[in-house]
Amino acid sequence: MFEYAPAPESRSVVDLKPSYGLFIGGDFVEPGDGGSFKSINPASEEALAEVAEAGPGDVDRAVRAARRAYDEVWGPMPGRDRAKYLFRIARIIQERARELAVLESLDNGKPIRESRDVDIPLVAAHFFYYAGWADKLGHAGLGPNPRPLGVAGQVIPWNFPLLMLAWKIAPALATGNTVVLKPAETTPLTALLFAEICQQADLPPGVVNIVTGAGATGQALVEHDGVAKVAFTGSTDVGRQIARSVAGTRKRLTLELGGKAANIVFDDAPVDQAVEGIVNGIFFNQGHVCCAGSRLLVQESVYDEVLAALKRRMAQLRVGDPLDKNTDVGAINSAAQLERIRTLTEIGSAEGAQRWSPPCELPARGFWFAPTIFTGVSQTHRIARDEIFGPVLSVLTFRTPAEAVEKANNTPYGLSAGIWTDKGSRILWMADRLRAGVVWANTFNKFDPTSPFGGFKESGYGREGGRHGLEAYLDV
Amino acid sequence: MSDGGGMVDGGGGGRPERVDVRKTYKLFIGGKFPRSESGRSYPVQNSNVALASRKDVRDAVLAARAAVKGWSGTTAYNRGQVLYRVAEMLEGRRDQFVGLGVPAAEVDDAIDRWVWYAGWSDKITQVYGNANPVAGPYFNLSAPEPTGVVGVLAPAEPALLGLVSVVAPAIVTGNTVVVLVADTSPLPAITLSEVLATSDLPGGVVNLLTGRPTETGSWLAGHMDVNALDLTGVTDPGFGTELERAAAGNLKRVLRPPAEPVDWAADPGIGRMTAFLETKTVWHPKGV
Repeated sequence: MFEYAPAPESRSVVDLKPSYGLFIGGDFVEPGDGGSFKSINPASEEALAEVAEAGPGDVDRAVRAARRAYDEVWGPMPGRDRAKYLFRIARIIQERARELAVLESLDNGKPIRESRDVDIPLVAAHFFYYAGWADKLGHAGLGPNPRPLGVAGQVIPWNFPLLMLAWKIAPALATGNTVVLKPAETTPLTALLFAEICQQADLPPGVVNIVTGAGATGQALVEHDGVAKVAFTGSTDVGRQIARSVAGTRKRLTLELGGKAANIVFDDAPVDQAVEGIVNGIFFNQGHVCCAGSRLLVQESVYDEVLAALKRRMAQLRVGDPLDKNTDVGAINSAAQLERIRTLTEIGSAEGAQRWSPPCELPARGFWFAPTIFTGVSQTHRIARDEIFGPVLSVLTFRTPAEAVEKANNTPYGLSAGIWTDKGSRILWMADRLRAGVVWANTFNKFDPTSPFGGFKESGYGREGGRHGLEAYLDV
Repeated sequence: MSDGGGMVDGGGGGRPERVDVRKTYKLFIGGKFPRSESGRSYPVQNSNVALASRKDVRDAVLAARAAVKGWSGTTAYNRGQVLYRVAEMLEGRRDQFVGLGVPAAEVDDAIDRWVWYAGWSDKITQVYGNANPVAGPYFNLSAPEPTGVVGVLAPAEPALLGLVSVVAPAIVTGNTVVVLVADTSPLPAITLSEVLATSDLPGGVVNLLTGRPTETGSWLAGHMDVNALDLTGVTDPGFGTELERAAAGNLKRVLRPPAEPVDWAADPGIGRMTAFLETKTVWHPKGV
């Protein structure tokens, strides 16, 4: 037998300041009417830095700076020059990739393997992709004369902090808009490092502004009269509030909200591949994924086999230090999120589902939750209906493809779905009928800047990524 | 229109002037012509027009929802054929619309608009879909799909062309609609429903409710089984805001009232179709 040997990534590549101001008009400034808050490392509960909290006056300053930059610099600038700034940013992200990855894992709790191999490479790829669109917008097939909207107010979540920033900022800038972005209050640090990257790229002041803060800051931003476009990724409840608050304005709105995706395994699927897909679907990023495959639908005839293989595989998952390169499952992002996961899983047990986790030693400090599955779940159970946003899988069964479709679509959400089968015609039949914006067949949780992402139904509206992602930021 | 036709002796031993048969203008729900459940009506151009109620809105949404599976599941080729058939039927009833007071040029534009949208049925996916060159060994396609049931507040003017211009783009892609017809000009709308009923269009794909949108609008906007809302016909900004807020309950896709007057005769572009489409992206690994 081998002893386990950790392989920790060095923190020394990250140079954290004790405190950060707001990034407005190209400079870091002190908040005029706000206080500050601490960003916590969820794996250790240590405070990483003190971050300014933007009040309404600060948000107003940021929107004005963005408007000025839009009117005077970024709007009039030829697309080919906007493109070059975006290419510069993409290059700097590649060059500083390790620093960004380590900081992301420190602030968010996600495994370094994911921030290093998934998040940050996709961030760079997004800027590269949209950079190339900046001088080709008339060829995007969206109309003969696409025009930018003005200032985009963007509010992003904590699960993929820098990647969500890239999904928002890259298409907005490529299309000639300027940006005020609010990162999540538990994960503001990579956005602030991104602000430094904007300085390093000599991006004109005011084109990108970062206002840190919590819900009130976000509300001040989306309700600001100077904002022409609101883009939000987060919970369906907040999405509803935002949709109400922009009602009656001319603000354009895109929402990327919650999900409760079905991951459907047929009896002819290769079991080992399917199990990898199930694990990736729900335990990737601690299940803090809006498109997570949180409902496993297994065809009855292979239920025992799939469950046994899944449990064997789950027993191999390494939960712990996000900076350990061997770690599969990192820390839950915050105490509040941990509490929500605990509450919903307790409801799962109380409603009669059977809970199972592999033997798993959790660190004493920090926010942790062992990978968990519930079997004997029925469609009416809360854990089959509510988005848990944690490493918790609800297992249901089905007999026929038609039943699988009915169960998969029996949710107010419609963000993603997974299909595992060897039969090509069945994949296409299923894909036609699943009411979801992204369908992964014999794969799961794949992302690419060229590939549109977004939901049906209460998972929101609008698409991010691909040619479709331009539309949200253009008046056509 | 009726001349008010009382019985008059034609005199001279010829045929007596006949008494005309007047039309009862009813709602159009699920391919049938029911009266309003409320039993109410209001007078327009010497006719009684049904005054739809909350229950009628619910019935219409049920009919529209029931029609989604069949209509969205049919081929694009078939939907194009059906829409073209509507244009044929409309052309045949051209004089009837003129008789209701719709200008002849508007009727012609409305017929041409059906033909225009009919041709989009099997082209919008090619124009609005994509093959995505992802950085990995994956097949990846994005294609538009209908969003489901669309609630529509139709513009009052132009009564026929405006109505056709909001209904045709919503249904050509496979959506079904519940339309609240403007209360000032319902007769062309009801006559259009007679065209639709004789055009191979499955029942429930288009449902037309006459009455007062100010009364029924909030029920439609707040209905949890409606996926999207077209507010093109709303002229009161406060009412538009109220409906948009109600629509947020289940995150309906909302097409707001136009910021500027619409030139209904101009090329409409694809925006009225794409407003009620969802993009679905399918990934599959390539391997042997």
